[in-house]
Parts: sequence; structure tokens; C-alpha cells
Amino acid sequence: MAQEKAKGNGGKDVVIEVRDVVVGFGNHIVLDRVGLDVYRGEILGFVGGSGAGKSVLMRAIIGLLPKRAGAIKIFGTDMAAASDLERQAIERRWGILFQQGALFSSLTVRENLQFPVREYLDLSQDLLDELAIAKLDMVGLDASVCDKFPAELSGGMTKRVALARALALDPEIVFLDEPTSGLDPIGAGEFDSLIATLQRTLGLTVFMVTHDLDSLHTVCDRIAVLADGKIIAAGTMDTMLASTHPWLQAYFHGKRSRASHLEAGMPSPLPGRA
Amino acid sequence: MSDILLEATAQGEQLRLAGAGAWTAENAHNLEALIDSEIRRGGTISQVVIDMGRVDRLDTFGAWLLERLTRSFTARGCDTKVTGLKEDYRALIDEVHGVKREHKAEHHGSTLASTIASVGENIVSVGHSFGAMVNMLGALVVVLARIVSHPRRFRFTSMVHQLDNVGWRAVPIILLITFLIGCIIAQQGIFHFRKFGADIYVVDMVGILVLRELGVLIVAIMVAGRSGSAYTAELGSMKMREEIDALRTMGFDPIEVLILPRIVALVIGVPILTFLGSMAALYGGGLVCWLYGGIDPDIFLARLKEAITLDHFKVGLIKAPFMALIVGVVACVEGLAVKGSAESLGLQTTASVVESIFLVIVLDGLFAIFFASIGM
Repeated sequence: MAQEKAKGNGGKDVVIEVRDVVVGFGNHIVLDRVGLDVYRGEILGFVGGSGAGKSVLMRAIIGLLPKRAGAIKIFGTDMAAASDLERQAIERRWGILFQQGALFSSLTVRENLQFPVREYLDLSQDLLDELAIAKLDMVGLDASVCDKFPAELSGGMTKRVALARALALDPEIVFLDEPTSGLDPIGAGEFDSLIATLQRTLGLTVFMVTHDLDSLHTVCDRIAVLADGKIIAAGTMDTMLASTHPWLQAYFHGKRSRASHLEAGMPSPLPGRA
Repeated sequence: MSDILLEATAQGEQLRLAGAGAWTAENAHNLEALIDSEIRRGGTISQVVIDMGRVDRLDTFGAWLLERLTRSFTARGCDTKVTGLKEDYRALIDEVHGVKREHKAEHHGSTLASTIASVGENIVSVGHSFGAMVNMLGALVVVLARIVSHPRRFRFTSMVHQLDNVGWRAVPIILLITFLIGCIIAQQGIFHFRKFGADIYVVDMVGILVLRELGVLIVAIMVAGRSGSAYTAELGSMKMREEIDALRTMGFDPIEVLILPRIVALVIGVPILTFLGSMAALYGGGLVCWLYGGIDPDIFLARLKEAITLDHFKVGLIKAPFMALIVGVVACVEGLAVKGSAESLGLQTTASVVESIFLVIVLDGLFAIFFASIGM
């Protein structure tokens, strides 16, 4: 735990440290010596072209994909060198929202939310039920969805329930894989502000893989860009907009980005956030 | 977990509670017990002051328990105050405060009523699946009629692919199992017939039993387990991922594209497998008769020629395509009945195998009555 206090540049607490990570499938190298820091309490937007390997890096960080070289440290612990117990302790401190929700289809919403809690903590059924309702309320859902099965939920509700499950153990880091994909702009906007609110109330660190320029403008503190297997830029929105890199120019100044750029110029819907 | 999480001091009608340490998930179990014992505290209390000043970590679990504490005291009519809360946690407490309490799971009725209800539901669902099978048969006939008038619409490649899967690749396992069954029947027959000195009639028994009943039954049951389950799982996962809806919207009839080639492959494959299986069983029977019963292959063959007629052989082979049809229709109906969840895929696959084996045996019984009455 003492290692946790390792400070990154600028005196900020580094919670995820990715160094020279190489991931490939067969002869195809997807990530080529990628390096990235994620600081405590920030919302990091992670962008890149489709198929650039964004989800691959996320899956490598959470240990679902093997890396060929490099080191990944989470809370200062090297995941490759960690014992099973240490790894489990760290896995308890993160929550993951998969792209398709990955809710357990044979369990109800309530059971889905209670599953990780029940496995890790010894709590009474009353408290489990109350907490499930509290988590659902936090993600803006009514208690009436409790007894529904995932197959009966709409796309937006699935995402919200999946977020609630990711938050079930009060993690410190939340990984979100394209949280707003498949949502209408209103739903996506609500989801963004939900993430921002939860980040503030729970003090989360959020690692968000996204394509949604509106999300990047409204909620992300920092943006990291993956292209050609490398992180080509990391910094605030202003840095991205000022960059002369052709890919960044195309991404942030393209036709589709203009509308959201204009909107971002207007008063932010979330006071206290740029 | 020896750290003190909650301390209580009562002064007259005032109760002072002092929280301390980490009110987080790890301590939630202990904290819940402490808080519930405070909630149950007797005596008259009119004022409760909860000092959160020494709580150095708070998460949703702790926040909810604090909320539970304040709610229950407020509900008892006490004046409840929370002091010393760190500014960082204010948002979390407010968030939890807005949660509407209590959504009780609906209670199910008495066990007797629900048992009777589930019996009724089962009967209705048996009726439904019978209806679905008749539906599927009808749809197959319609598609067949369409194919007869436009033969080029038949998915020949797909059918050959399925035939490879359910027929050709099943040959080794079918041969092995029917061979063993033939061996076992012959061995049992010899063992028991010897007591009457009727060893030679083993040949009659093996011949008739294998050709009329066992060959086709074993093959049908194997195919139901091997290919019927695969059909259900394939179609079920296609249904889950909306592939079947996609086909339909592109103007293809899933029955024509997916189901007909599969069922035709079974109807062609099962008789062939039945023939091969019967031969393997006879071979196994002959081998055991020779090695265990001392009946020479020449004698076995001569006896077999006398014992069986072409009718026995025909009875087995006539049944085969009908068995195939039953297995195929049940597998496809169950596959299309899969709903969104992984559990439902498992349930339907189990149902498919159980139902098709059951129906195969029922059909075999009906055929036995039929052939007996026409004297075959």
C-alpha cells in the first residue's frame, strides 16, 4: 500500500501506469510500445480509429489479453508480478463496463448487481437489496427494473444497469468501453453527465474508451489518442485542438466534430467542468 | 476489524453517536450490525446527534448505512442531526438521501397453489410445443412445395455441408456403438439360450432385433444427441444474435435457408447411418457368436439367411427417415424458441434432446403396432 503514494509528474497520483506495452495477434502487432499514465480522480477519454486497438489496450490493462512486453502497474503494483491474492485485491478496486453490458443473462437485474457484492462481502440480504436499489437510483433507474432480466431491458437501460454493476463494490477505477455507443444523443448526454456526477460524488478515476466527441468535450479531463499502435498525444481538449498532427486534425476538426465543438463553446451543462 | 466504527453515549433523552474509521465496503458487515443494534435501542430518545467527524473514509456502503440510521430514527419521531461530515462526502450523502426506500420483492402465493400452477403451465407449454411442431411441419411442406416448383431455390451446398456434419462425420461413432451393442446382445443371448441348448437361435434374435428395432433406434438416439442438439444450439445462438431476423428482413425465409437443408440432410443421412449401423451390429453379433459361442461364421450366415426376410430389413429402413424428421423438426423448433439468455439456450438444447428421444421411442412403438397389423 505504501507504493500507492508513488507520485507521477506534476505531483499527481498515478493509478494506472502503462509502460512500453506490446500486444499482438499472430504476426499483427496491435500495440507497439505504448505508454500511458492515468491520474487519480480524472476522467480520461481514450480515442483512436476503429480497429486501432483501444479496446485491446483496455483489455490488456484489466488482464484479459496477454501482453508480449512492457509493464502495467495499477495502484503501483505490477500486475504481471502480483500474486493471485494481490491481483484479486486490485480487481476488487476496479469496475468494468463492457461495450455490450455483459450482464449475466440468467440473473435478474437485482441479482446482477448483488453478485459481486455477495461474493466479496458478507452482508445481510436486506442490506444487499437496499444497496441494489441505491445503486440503481444512482444510475437513474427506478426500483421497478429490479426483477427484470437483461433480455427485457432497452439498450440505454442495459448500459445503466451495467454501470451500476461496475460500481457495485465502490471501485476506485472504472473502465468504460464505449459507454455512449448505441444511445441517442439525449441518452448519451444524460449518460455523460451521470458519469461526471458519479465521478465527483464517488471520487472515481474513469478510463473511458469512446468515439463520442460530445463526451470528450463535456466530461473528459484529459484525452489520450491511439494511432498506429502508439499513443500519439495525451492532454486536454485544448492541446488536441491545437495539435497539428494530421490524424488529430482530421478527428477534432472534421465535419462531424464541428457541431459538438460549437456546442462546447456554449455554457457547459455541467457546472464546474470544462 | 478491531477498529471502533461507532460509539454511542446516551444522556437522558439524547443519544450521541460517534462514527470513526473507514465506513467502507470492507467494514460494512460489522457496521451494519452496530447500526442495527443502535436502531433497536430501547428507551425514549428524542434527539440523536451523529458525529461523523472521525470517519476518514466513506463509500456508498457507509453512506447508505448512515442513511438507514438517520431514516429509522427520524421514523421514530426523533430529531436527528448529522454533524462533522467532511465536505467531500456531502455529494455522496445527498445522492443516497434521494433514494426511495423499500421495493419489496413480490411474494409468491402458497406452495400448493404454485405447484398446481406450475403443473398447469407445463401442460400448456407441452401443448404449445406440440403446436409449434405441427406449425413447423406445415411450414416445411409449404417450402417443399415451393422448391418443387422452383428446384433451383434449394440450398444444395448447405444441404451437402450438413450431410457431411450429421452423416459422414457420425459414421465412426455410430459404427463403434452399434458394433458394441451387437456384441452385447449376442453375448447375452448365448449366455441365456445355452441353458435351453438353443444357442443357434441367438442368430435369429440378433438378426431380427438389430434389423427391425435396435439399428434404427440406436442411430436415431445418437443422432438426436449428436446432431439434434447441435441444430438447436446453432439456430438458438443465431436467434439470440438476431441473425434470423436479419435473414428475414433481407427477404429470405429462414425455413427455406436454414431449416430445410438441415432436415433434408438428416432424412438422407439417418437411413444411411441406420444401414451402416445395422451391418456393424450384425458383424459384432457374428464375431461374438464365433469367438464366445463357438458358432462358425459360415453357420452364422446360413442361419441368418434363414432367420431373416427382406421385410425385417425394410421395417428398419422405412422407420429411419421418419425418425430423422422427428429429430430434425424438434431440434429446429426448440432452436427457434431460444430467447435472449444463455440459460434459455441451455434449456432449449436439453429440451430438444429429451423431447426428440422421447418422440423417437413413441414413434417406434406406433410403427410396431402398424407393422404388426399389416403383417410385416
